Amino acid sequence: MFIKRILEDIGRYFILMKLVFRRPDNFRMYWDAFVRDLYMLGVKSLGLVAIISLFVGAVVTIQTALNLENPIIPKYYIAIATRESIILEFSPTMISLILAGKVGSNIASTLGTMRVSEQIEALEVMGVKSASFLILPKIAACVIFNPILIIISMFLGIVGGYIFGTSTGMISGTDFIKGLQIDYTPFYIAYALVKTVVFAFVITSISAYYGFFVKGGAVEVGENSTKAVVASSLVLILTNYLLTQLLLG
Amino acid sequence: MIRVTNIHKKFGDLHVLKGIDATFMKGKTNLIIGKSGSGKTVFLKCLLGIHDIDDGDVDFDGRLISEMSIEDRRKLRLELGMVFQGSALFDSLTVEENVSFPLRMFTKKSSKEIAERTNFCLNRVNIENANHLFPAEISGGMQKRVAIARAIVMNPRYLFCDEPNSGLDPKTAMVIDELIQEITQEFDITTVINTHDMNSVLQIGDHVNFLVGGKKIWEGSKEDVLHTDNQELADFVFSSELFKKVRRAARSE
Ligand SMILES: Nc1ncnc2c1ncn2[C@@H]1O[C@H](COP(=O)(O)OP(=O)(O)OP(=O)(O)O)[C@@H](O)[C@H]1O
Ligand SMILES: [Mg+2]
Repeated sequence: MFIKRILEDIGRYFILMKLVFRRPDNFRMYWDAFVRDLYMLGVKSLGLVAIISLFVGAVVTIQTALNLENPIIPKYYIAIATRESIILEFSPTMISLILAGKVGSNIASTLGTMRVSEQIEALEVMGVKSASFLILPKIAACVIFNPILIIISMFLGIVGGYIFGTSTGMISGTDFIKGLQIDYTPFYIAYALVKTVVFAFVITSISAYYGFFVKGGAVEVGENSTKAVVASSLVLILTNYLLTQLLLG
Repeated sequence: MIRVTNIHKKFGDLHVLKGIDATFMKGKTNLIIGKSGSGKTVFLKCLLGIHDIDDGDVDFDGRLISEMSIEDRRKLRLELGMVFQGSALFDSLTVEENVSFPLRMFTKKSSKEIAERTNFCLNRVNIENANHLFPAEISGGMQKRVAIARAIVMNPRYLFCDEPNSGLDPKTAMVIDELIQEITQEFDITTVINTHDMNSVLQIGDHVNFLVGGKKIWEGSKEDVLHTDNQELADFVFSSELFKKVRRAARSE
C-alpha cells in the first residue's frame, strides 16, 4: 500500500516535470515571474543563510580546535579542517536542507493556495500552460541563485571561523590563513556547486509537486507543505549520498 | 450558441453527469440551477475543457470539441471567459495586473493599448481607483467585478460564471447579476451561469436548465419557472415561504 503510493507519487512527479519543461508562450511573462521568484526565493534567503553560516563556521572552528588540542598537531590544521567541512558538507548540504525548509514550504503553500482557490484552473481556462508558467521560473530561480547563496555561505562560514577562532585565542590569524591555503583543492568547490544545483532542482521540483496537486482546502495546503519539506529533505539526503559516492568515491 | 449533447462525466466510480443535453443561446443569460452536489460546477468545467468528458459532445457554433486538435482547443480557450465561484483572482498581482494578464500573455498589444483596454473593462464593471490594490485589499463584491472584468478583457464569445453572486449581500448580488446580463446583451455573448440563488433565476433567467443528480430534468424561461407544474422544480425553487407566496401570486394572475 505504502509502496504503491510512493510509486504513484513518483509517476505523477515525472508527468508533472514533462508539463513543466515546455516552451514558454511568452518569454516576457516568464521573465517577470523569474525575477519575482529570484527575489522571493533567493534574495530573501540571504539574511538567514548569512547568519547561520557565520555561526556554524564559528562552531566548526571551535570544535575542531578543541579536538586538535595536541602540541604535535600544527594549529593550521584547524583551518584546513574548517575549510573542508564547510566547503564539502556544511554549505552545500546543510544550507540546502535549510533552504528545503524555507523555500520548499514557500513553493508548496503558494502553489497549493493557488490550486484550492481555483487560480490554477483560471490559468488553464485562459489557455496558459499552468505547470510550466508557475513552476519553471521557480526552478530556474533556485538553480541559478542557490549556488550564489552557497558561495556566500562558504565565504561567511570561513570568516566566522576566523573571527571566533582568533578572538578566542584558539588559533592565530596567520596560522588560520596559512591553513586555508594548504592542500587547497579547487575541485571541491566545483563538487559543492554541482551538489547545490542538483539539490536546488530536487527542492523546487518536489515542493512544486506537493503544492500543485493539493486537493481540498487550507488544511490540506498546510499538510502538503509539510510533506513537501519532508520529502525534499529525504530525497536531498539520498542524492547527497549518491553524489558523494559518484564524485568523490 | 453552445449545444451540448449527451455528456457524461465520471470520477472513478462516481457518475456525476449522466447524459445531459442542453442549448445555450447567444446574447442570453442561460442559467443552470440545481442543489449543491447536483453537478453544476462539474458541468461547467466540462464545457470549459478543464475536465475531459467521458461521452457526448459540445458544439461551439459549429465546432465540435470531439473533432478539435489540441491546438484548436487552445485557440478556443482564447474565446472563453470564466468567473469562478471564489473569483480566483491571482493574489500576487494587483487588480490592474489581474485584468491585463490575458492581454499581456497572449497578445502583442503595446502597453498603452493594454492599459486602455484594461481600464475600459474596469470601468465597465464600475471599478475605480483600485488599479493598484491587491485582491486581498478589496471587498468580495469588488473581487467578483474584477473577475468579470478579467473574464471579458479578451472579448470572449462565451462567458461562464460559477455562482457569481454567492457570498454577497442581496443588493450587491443583484448588481452583479444585472452587470452580467448587460454585458451579455451588449457584446452579444453566449453566457452560462450556475446558480442556486432564486433571486437570480427570477431576475436574469432568460433560459433556465434544472439539474438533479447529474441529469437535466427541466428547462424553460423564468416565466415558465413561476408557472411550472413540475413538483421537483417547484420544491427546489420555492423552498422559502416568501417564494411560495410569489408563486401563488403569479399563478393566480
Ligand atoms: N475533481 C473531482 N473529483 C471527484 N469528484 C468530484 C470532483 N469534482 C466534483 N466531484 C463530485 O461531483 C459531484 C458534483 O459536484 P459539483 O461541484 O459539480 O456540485 P455543484 O452542483 O457545483 O454544487 P455546489 O452548488 O455546492 O457548488 C459531487 O459529488 C462532488 O463530490
Ligand atoms: Mg459548484
